[in-house]
Amino acid sequence: MKTLSRYLPLVLLAVFWEVAARLELVSSSALPPLSDVVVSWIDLIKTGELVGNTGASLYRAAMGLLLAIVIGTVLGIGMAWSKPINVLLSPIVEIFYPLPKSALIPVTVIWLGFGNGSKILLIFLGCMIPVTIGAFNGARSSEQTLVWSARSMGANRLRMLWDVVLPSALPELLNGIRTALALSFILLVSSELIVAREGLGYLIGFLGANGSYDAMYAVVLTVAFLGFAADRGYQMLMNRMLQWREQTP
Amino acid sequence: MSIEPQIAIDKVAHVYRPPRGRPVLALDDISLQVQSREFLALLGPSGCGKSTLLYLIGGFLPIEKGTISINGEPVKAPGPDRGIVFQHFALFPWKTVRDNILYGLERQDMPRAERLKRAQHFIDLVGLSGFEDSYPSQLSGGMKQRTALARTLAFDPSILLMDEPFGALDAQTRHLMQAELLRIWQGSPKTVIFVTHDVQEAVYLADRVAVMTARPGRIKTVVDTRFDKNDPGIFKAKAFVDKVDELWNLVRDEAIKAERRAP
Repeated sequence: MKTLSRYLPLVLLAVFWEVAARLELVSSSALPPLSDVVVSWIDLIKTGELVGNTGASLYRAAMGLLLAIVIGTVLGIGMAWSKPINVLLSPIVEIFYPLPKSALIPVTVIWLGFGNGSKILLIFLGCMIPVTIGAFNGARSSEQTLVWSARSMGANRLRMLWDVVLPSALPELLNGIRTALALSFILLVSSELIVAREGLGYLIGFLGANGSYDAMYAVVLTVAFLGFAADRGYQMLMNRMLQWREQTP
Repeated sequence: MSIEPQIAIDKVAHVYRPPRGRPVLALDDISLQVQSREFLALLGPSGCGKSTLLYLIGGFLPIEKGTISINGEPVKAPGPDRGIVFQHFALFPWKTVRDNILYGLERQDMPRAERLKRAQHFIDLVGLSGFEDSYPSQLSGGMKQRTALARTLAFDPSILLMDEPFGALDAQTRHLMQAELLRIWQGSPKTVIFVTHDVQEAVYLADRVAVMTARPGRIKTVVDTRFDKNDPGIFKAKAFVDKVDELWNLVRDEAIKAERRAP
């Protein structure tokens, strides 16, 4: 019930959308009625177009994100742990950080072509930055006394990275990954819009160019919902992993 | 001395180099010997380097000048022969009470069943039964320090290094914990080096108290403080009160010096 009332504004927005379109307050090509969009959505499901393209897109996002999480975590913790690694990598991270990653779309296409490779590379490069920064800041905040305690109990240096530094970094690292998750959707759809033969971004561009605005909106809403669901699911996972943090007894 | 000391500190000095600013001589010409199963308190004003000395014994900081030996072997790195308890507990916040206590045991070759049994023994010893599955964030300060104490006792170091362990606790809890530490220590005597700036705590707990000077920290004097610690009226006993007075006079000058010095 509480969840339901929380999303009441969305229901109101949907009603407003439907009414505004039906009363032709806006042109129906700019904003087709929501009910028409829903009908198109069901059609897209039936033809298999939506499912196939969603699969292609999720594969790219998942691969790029997974690579970014693994490599970004290793780099961030490495930078916090070793001065030489920090000296080597931090200028690269600093230069790369403010660069709009969508500027790399043509570059990744030149390198890896129109298929999955260029999308995965782009998502990997873009998402790695927030993961690396999160891991770095988190690992740097690991308390000296925790490291010493582990050492005095017989942990070697490698063990300590795993047992103390990584868990200490976890809250900030998981926040970095959350940023990366949102970024992966942005990069996915924009790269697919520009150069792709399949995927949700491609489908949006294709349907829009053909004037099938009902269907185009259906895909846009699908992307919005997937992004929302991914973030929600991630937050639940994150809360589970951090359940040891400050809480009332 | 006829018997070989367990811990021998010989002419140790330590320079603290802050990331910014000038290096500071924190410890100078420290020599001290501690016998096996002795309870020694390091007493001194804040900033006198008593914790630094403890970290040097622990092997956490490099020994640049002088030597520290444990059973004749020079200290080079931390090791499970020296357990440490910190003022702010240093528990792994992502581990439960039980898993914190198991951590040191997992680093040793010990069958799982025995590890669990041993952990439970120390949980019971410090009175934490029923809180095995709690996270540190769910515990009071006193319970956190009990967990830290149990974690260190569990892997059975022969030397216990304690860095103002009760300094972050309220007065009542601190009193309870002092009595409890004494009870545990009398049950299984270990060599203890106990850092504190609380004179009464030092006299109550220790066999000997080493008084340190304000920075640079030197050993000003070492005072014998053996009493019948199980006497319930000890805090009112004349000999005890006199000893606290004597040590307080020794420490006061140093505390004033430390206080007046620009930070």
